[in-house]
Amino acid sequence: MAVKDYIRKRFFPHLWCPGCGHGTIMTAIIRAIENLDLKKNNMVVVSGIGCSARISGYLDFHTMHTLHGRALAFATGVKLSRPELTVLVPMGDGDACAIGGNHFIHAARRNIDVTAIIMNNNIYGMTGGQYSPLTEYGDLATTAPYGNIDHSFDVVKLATGAGASFVARTTTYHVNPMIKILEKAIMHKGFSVVEVLSQCPEQFGRRNNIPSAVDMLNSYKTNTTPIGSKEKEKNPDLIERGIFVQEERPEYCAEYDKVIERASKGR
Amino acid sequence: MKKDIVFVQGNEACVRGALYAGLDFFAGYPITPSTEIAELLSEHLPAKKGKFIQMEDEISSMCAIIGASLTGKKVMTATSGPGFSLKQEALGFAVMTETPCVIVDVQRGGPSTGLPTSGSQGDVMQARWGIHGDHAIIVLTASNGQDVFAMTVEAFNLAEIFRTPVILLLDEVVGHTRERLVEPKAGEINVVERLRTSVPEGTDYHPYLPREDGRLPMSDFGGTHRHNITGLAHDMWGFPSNKPDVVYGLMHHLVDKIETHVNEITRIKEFFVEDAECLLVSYGSAARTALHIVKNRRARGEKLGLLELQTLWPFPARLVRERCSSANHIIVVEMNMGQILGEVKKAVENPERVFLANKIDGGFITPTDVLNFIRITQGKGV
Repeated sequence: MAVKDYIRKRFFPHLWCPGCGHGTIMTAIIRAIENLDLKKNNMVVVSGIGCSARISGYLDFHTMHTLHGRALAFATGVKLSRPELTVLVPMGDGDACAIGGNHFIHAARRNIDVTAIIMNNNIYGMTGGQYSPLTEYGDLATTAPYGNIDHSFDVVKLATGAGASFVARTTTYHVNPMIKILEKAIMHKGFSVVEVLSQCPEQFGRRNNIPSAVDMLNSYKTNTTPIGSKEKEKNPDLIERGIFVQEERPEYCAEYDKVIERASKGR
Repeated sequence: MKKDIVFVQGNEACVRGALYAGLDFFAGYPITPSTEIAELLSEHLPAKKGKFIQMEDEISSMCAIIGASLTGKKVMTATSGPGFSLKQEALGFAVMTETPCVIVDVQRGGPSTGLPTSGSQGDVMQARWGIHGDHAIIVLTASNGQDVFAMTVEAFNLAEIFRTPVILLLDEVVGHTRERLVEPKAGEINVVERLRTSVPEGTDYHPYLPREDGRLPMSDFGGTHRHNITGLAHDMWGFPSNKPDVVYGLMHHLVDKIETHVNEITRIKEFFVEDAECLLVSYGSAARTALHIVKNRRARGEKLGLLELQTLWPFPARLVRERCSSANHIIVVEMNMGQILGEVKKAVENPERVFLANKIDGGFITPTDVLNFIRITQGKGV
């Protein structure tokens, strides 16, 4: 099928700015779903609030555009009540790691079979460029005009520490690897986290001396390296990409089935 | 025939009512004095293949039940004061997206942490106006275990009929009082099931297009109609819209679908109302005290009556005005500083007849408390 068979034309044109990386992520999600031959009626996409969250409306699945930071909580309700559905939760960096940080770590801890895609553009884009928990120390933002003094989360470490059984990082430059990683994340039985570095030339780049989307994309090429590469040894500042965690662990809905079984026998 | 009689807390009556109504999914967070509801459902729901989850907070509990409701399940959460405050954000989402769900608030003393183990009726206005934005809401209450059971079933029914969240406003006294409950047999109380669309696959389904009777048939997530749910103002397809005519229509729909059905939603109980010279208006646990006085004084020949409200919102103003028309004095008995008093004053003619008999110190309002107020209105002093 073509990409257009997975989108809702009624919603277009989309509201993402020229040069934004989020459309690339949307296409990669569609390609992954197509490659896995998943049926549209079995797909649920739950998003929060922000630029990233608009992805749910554009996709022709069962879609929920919910509250800022709360997408994983809504998704938990969907998945636990209908475990046979495939649930994707695209989130922004502020969405997932600031206002939704608590829901994020607890979804990871439960290991519920939901795929969280963190579309990390290091900024609050929709509200006009305020610093997020993934804005680096020293970066400029509309609420950090003298430079950001917060330190950012490492999403991979955060998710791993919280108990996610699949954790990966990729970028909008690395589209084909992103599709492969998304396929694995969706098929993984458990809570999977895919952080995608996604350029925001309009709200982040413009304020941080990298206003061109192409330059930002190239920076993903030059500033990242596959996990365990020799380049990383030479240059520890390089950001690693690839699959960090992929483990089989008891999944929440499957565990709940055991509770039902125990309950049917009485305590 | 032997009846199914049990001796249970109000919170357990609520649980039994919810299971009777077909509860499939509960998400919650421990908080006094509602915790027994979660505890009991963690035991009983899995036994009927239902789902129970203790979430990380009150916010996520409210979100999770909305998600589950959209897959076609009957859902509930239970909480108290501080937790009810946290649920307001997602409660607004349920109002905007017209998602059926039941929220139990077992009221305790507030504001803030307040009096966790004391009865109060201080959340009446929060239940009405806790969320931001204009809206209408259905709020039910009950004064004893038997009514808690019935009103819980009503809450589920009204949530389905009007595609809306329904708040069941209990209080610590009702929630923790153990008393006799005669469990209704299956079929004894009507149970309303979800109205699903008859639109076939491949035909455009409008999740927000009311039928002629005003009801909006739903389509389950995971079913044949892939539609969009959003907290943004939206059109009949569920697509975001800020067109003034669409927003105007949406706002009127959200309010009118409830406010124009006040009579259908109103549940009351009346005791000696007709010839009452002094009419008490009360609800929830305070109505127990009011009823005690009324019965006591009637036995002495005093013309007291009680109008017990079981639907607080939408407020049955016309009915209250009518019932209060011939009373010399109207005394609102409640455990707050006059949250329903104001509504009664607004509703009746000659509002100078309306007085408040209340208690706000954490103690339960007693017949003596109320009698003292009545004596004052009668010019007898305390």
